Amino acid sequence: MTLSPESLAVRLQERFSVDGVRCVEAVGEVTMDVPAAKLLPVCQALRDEAEFAFEQLIDLCGVDYSAYGVGEWQTSDGATSSGFSRGVAPGTPGPDGGQERRFAVVYHLLSVSNNLRVRVQCYAQDEPPRVSSVVEVWNSANWFEREAFDLFGILFEGHPDMRRILTDYGFVGHPFRKDFPLIGHVEMRYDPEKQRVVYEPVSIEPRTLVPRVLRDDSRYVEAEQDEAKDDA
Amino acid sequence: MPEIRNYTLNFGPQHPAAHGVLRLVLEMDGEVIERADPHIGLLHRATEKLAESKPFNQSIGYMDRLDYVSMMCNEHGYVLAIEKLLGIEAPIRAQYIRVMFDEITRILNHLMWLGAHGLDIGAMTVFLYCFREREDLMDCYEAVSGTRMHATYYRPGGVYRDLPERMPQHEPSKFRSSAEVARLNEDRQGSLLDFIEAFTERFPARVDEYETLLTDNRIWKQRTVGIGVVSPERALQLGFSGPMLRGSGVEWDLRKKQPYDAYDRVDFDIPVGVGGDCYDRYLVRVEEMRQSNRIIKQCVDWLRANPGPVMIDDHKLVPPRREAMKEDMEALIHHFKLFTEGYTVPEGQAYAAVEHPKGEFGVYIVSDGANKPYRVKIRAPGFAHLAAMNEMVSGHMLADVVAIIGTQDIVFGEIDR
Repeated sequence: MTLSPESLAVRLQERFSVDGVRCVEAVGEVTMDVPAAKLLPVCQALRDEAEFAFEQLIDLCGVDYSAYGVGEWQTSDGATSSGFSRGVAPGTPGPDGGQERRFAVVYHLLSVSNNLRVRVQCYAQDEPPRVSSVVEVWNSANWFEREAFDLFGILFEGHPDMRRILTDYGFVGHPFRKDFPLIGHVEMRYDPEKQRVVYEPVSIEPRTLVPRVLRDDSRYVEAEQDEAKDDA
Repeated sequence: MPEIRNYTLNFGPQHPAAHGVLRLVLEMDGEVIERADPHIGLLHRATEKLAESKPFNQSIGYMDRLDYVSMMCNEHGYVLAIEKLLGIEAPIRAQYIRVMFDEITRILNHLMWLGAHGLDIGAMTVFLYCFREREDLMDCYEAVSGTRMHATYYRPGGVYRDLPERMPQHEPSKFRSSAEVARLNEDRQGSLLDFIEAFTERFPARVDEYETLLTDNRIWKQRTVGIGVVSPERALQLGFSGPMLRGSGVEWDLRKKQPYDAYDRVDFDIPVGVGGDCYDRYLVRVEEMRQSNRIIKQCVDWLRANPGPVMIDDHKLVPPRREAMKEDMEALIHHFKLFTEGYTVPEGQAYAAVEHPKGEFGVYIVSDGANKPYRVKIRAPGFAHLAAMNEMVSGHMLADVVAIIGTQDIVFGEIDR
């Protein structure tokens, strides 16, 4: 790459700090936190200014942060008697405090002319969550935004054709939200009497084979302490 | 006079030229396409959601099933993203093995594409020729991983095991005489590397064969030249990558521009198209097969000369050797922890992209410090390409739709995920 991620982060921070953008560099990648109100002008500038020239939107996706950092190791007392699911409640929604910044839309940009990458992150406000559409800036956003709408229920204002894309015709709900259970709500079968396909509530039990565990890995703690020492 | 109306035609989801489960709703004016509306999602399995409910390593197998004609490249993207978050790097020998198998996969994918694309627009022979070579490459997959398609061979920290010293051989059966078996086993007397080398020796002549059938073929040219032209500006705007982007004349290849693993140590060229039509993309892919062959040859030479570990030596992340587990308590504990709980990945987010045969295949992982990913997003190249279908087919004839689906190298496993 022509420009190191660190210096790109510094340059982006200088250019966009008036818009309330925060730039962070981690694992060799630059992440920009853009306030929802400023998303369009920032994206436009990222594409058009020769210094950045991010002419390609590589990827766009939604993230539901409502269960972030929630483990399943500490379960209720009856964990051993509750069978396969280990007492883990299905489709665990996150802590209510996280609702303010629940949904994020993440854009991955690529500059072919400058050989740079950047990640733009924007938290969607309100319920249903809303973000402005970037289809006008990058045409490739069209289907990616439809996908994020379908899976997370994020509305993109100004999108020309906001339809579901991946789920079935007539599907209810947004399956990638953390409160949507992995097994879903309905199952489908062919009913020989009615001579058509019918939908019924799911009959299978949810089960957790490997619980989600968050560990403070001592190796990383040591590494961080070493780094802190080096900085000092 | 009868009223002239636009006709709506439903193409697929069960049409042999739809390359899987694509449903296209075509609005036609006579035989000319006015608008195309692809309906996708018929193969949606929510791979990303499934990955969120499993420890990191258990999802590697799902990656094979995304683009099921270029299995190991998918794994590569996923494994690189995890490695980035963990801050580890595979040993150099593992990197070369990955590069070699990525290129074998690229040839596998392009052969499948060439055969199917040829079949779609009326060339039967190419299909049979292509599958002859695919057979050999799938044997390489089988020799190294035990399966012919869904290998699950790459791991964070390296590859599952070293290349086998002996290439598995065919055995006589009711269906194969010993003379036939002896002929099949000619190349299989030595190691896997010998077998691959023999393949690279004969493969360029085979590519010449395909080219004799197609490159100057009048019918082939009539069906592909000037069809589905995409300008470089539009290609960038539409998020194209891989051969679709290079066919339009944009010189961009992640293997060169943002090299991962051992790609900066091998020598190869990037073919670029001029016109941005189906024919140029065909030429680009054919040349890519020749270049892949070159890379494989270099990898074989290097791998012969440089034995070494193929997995990092960190038992918090990779399981210990089977023998060690029989005697060493520590090794047994590590094994137990890894296979019941998995490893935890430090909090953060990472995006890793590889030059997949179809374009840029990226995996975006958000980790909250647990043993399972918090969010996995798979960036499939075919998704962006198919999104441009409407723009590419408008104004073309119905028969050209088939040529354009073919040139986009659509595989629904990765588009629907």
